[in-house]
Amino acid sequence: MTAGERVAVRTRALTKEFRGFRAVDSVDLAVREGSVHALVGPNGAGKTTLFNLLTGFVAPTSGTITVFDQDVTGRPPEQVARCGVARSFQITSLFETLTSREHVELALQGHTRDGFRFWRSEKLLGRNRARVDDLLAQVGLLPLADKPVGLLAYGQKRALELSLVLAVDPPVMLLDEPTAGMGIEDVDRTIELVRRIAVGRTVVLVDHNMHVVGSLADRVTVLQQGRILAEGTYDEVRNDERVITAYLGEAEHA
Amino acid sequence: MTQSVVTEAPATEADVPSTGSDPRVRWVLLAVGLVAALALPWFVYPPVAMDIVALALFAIALDILLGFTGLLSFGHAAFWGSSAYVTGLIATHYGAPFPVAVLAGAVFAMILALPIGYLSVRRSGIYFAMVTLAFAQMVYFIAYQWSGLTGGENGLQGVPRTFFGIDLVETESFYFYYAALPIILLGMWGAWRIVHSPFGRVLMAIRDNSQRARALGYEVEKYKVIAFVLSAGLTGLAGGVFAINHGFVALTELHWSTSGEVVLMTVLGGIGTLWGGILGAFLTVMLADYLASSGFQGIDLVTGSVFVLVVLLFRRGVWGTVRHRYLARRLRRATRRGAADTRE
Ligand SMILES: Nc1ncnc2c1ncn2[C@@H]1O[C@H](COP(=O)(O)OP(=O)(O)O)[C@@H](O)[C@H]1O
Ligand SMILES: [Mg+2]
Repeated sequence: MTAGERVAVRTRALTKEFRGFRAVDSVDLAVREGSVHALVGPNGAGKTTLFNLLTGFVAPTSGTITVFDQDVTGRPPEQVARCGVARSFQITSLFETLTSREHVELALQGHTRDGFRFWRSEKLLGRNRARVDDLLAQVGLLPLADKPVGLLAYGQKRALELSLVLAVDPPVMLLDEPTAGMGIEDVDRTIELVRRIAVGRTVVLVDHNMHVVGSLADRVTVLQQGRILAEGTYDEVRNDERVITAYLGEAEHA
Repeated sequence: MTQSVVTEAPATEADVPSTGSDPRVRWVLLAVGLVAALALPWFVYPPVAMDIVALALFAIALDILLGFTGLLSFGHAAFWGSSAYVTGLIATHYGAPFPVAVLAGAVFAMILALPIGYLSVRRSGIYFAMVTLAFAQMVYFIAYQWSGLTGGENGLQGVPRTFFGIDLVETESFYFYYAALPIILLGMWGAWRIVHSPFGRVLMAIRDNSQRARALGYEVEKYKVIAFVLSAGLTGLAGGVFAINHGFVALTELHWSTSGEVVLMTVLGGIGTLWGGILGAFLTVMLADYLASSGFQGIDLVTGSVFVLVVLLFRRGVWGTVRHRYLARRLRRATRRGAADTRE
């Protein structure tokens, strides 16, 4: 995977305070176009908050965010999504009464104006059947396509989260713990899937599984208490003294 | 936790969704509903029959917001009542055939709904309900004050029933019912079309998880405003027909209690089902009519108690519960069949 020279996502002095508590503290991050950039750090380090800032779900206290040099600071989530940034959620976030197929159809429709057509049949949503089937097959959900997601198992919902991001087909993907709670085989499958979809795209990845980070990331940023502790390749970071004491050591000895 | 991506989760009754009924069942229901609508004035005093179907459309229009978008409007009397007034005024002052007057009323309701919707949808839950209620109260007081136009407390009297010079329709409630029914059915079809459109799918997504809908790029507020305006338009059709049916518009049509009643009807029948609104309106009107004709005094007390009972016993409403049981059974069968398939 080769990373280009352009920066896909950049933050400058990005800070988020929750009632005086700095969840994200003066973060300067540059994610190069085409790279897989992992964010790691202990629980509560601010990774999810950083994702929420990058996608407009949380407004920064100070600092700026640019996506391909376009300032998106303070924009609402739907506008950031339309700038080509799609995310998955750490805590599975789905439409409980809809089926997997209906989810993917919605995701495909998200960047068109078709959603406003209240006078058309919902069959309009189903016209990309081959593409929908393909997306569901990629994450192994095709056999369960017409089951409401409220009835799916946890790992299946995680897989659907991923397929929704895939459906949007964005230049920039933010994946928040895509393998959390998955079994070994599913983790390996997900790694393969992310590797495949990362070609030609920029991926920002949060994962606690160092096997996942090690096999996918071109670059790793370690966060601790809202601040960047270290940054570099996986091997550089892994051998960094501060990181070993702060995070990897803790994880390996835990 | 080690589970494969394709492990089956157990199907429990509590999780059965609100989507995916059998198309054959849908056609049968539609046929039964149509026959019932056509037969109604043979069994029920025709003006009461007209009230039932008009209120049914009102409840269905509310359900687009309540059941499909997850927005509890407590101000729909504003659209029902203002359309009733506009319909009545146009029929009175211009002698317009009633379908034209009703259409004008509905258009007025939509125009009114645009700013109200725009200012309300930024709030959610109980705050949304309160903002819509506040706006509806404003409309009520305007109508109350502007008595030169609306008749104030006395209501708008003597609304004519003009229908292209066809005498029977204009004088006989029985024939008027059949002349006005197409407007109501058209409105119901419109609601069905909206719910089962790409737009309707987005509404359900917003209802289930509006943040996720945003992350997919949907402009949630815009969708909510459009849903609000469409709902107001259908409400307006119903309110206009109601006004012509009575030949009179009372100020109570704009009162908050009217907003409350339609919420009760919709919940009683079962939200997010469309059919529930029809059933809720039918049951409420029939019960009130029966109690009134037997000279009973505390109608509101009885209908209120029935409502509380139904909601406690069947939290999905009458229709919602029937439908849920049916879907749960279908799902259990399908799951059993699916399990058998994977074993082979
Ligand atoms: N909405 C919020 N309100 C208050 N505190 C929050 C909020 N969101 C996150 N936090 C706090 O910010 C810190 C970082 O959380 P989070 O970004 O979820 O960490 P991570 O994803 O790295 O585990 C935690 O201490 C958390 O309690
Ligand atoms: Mg997190």
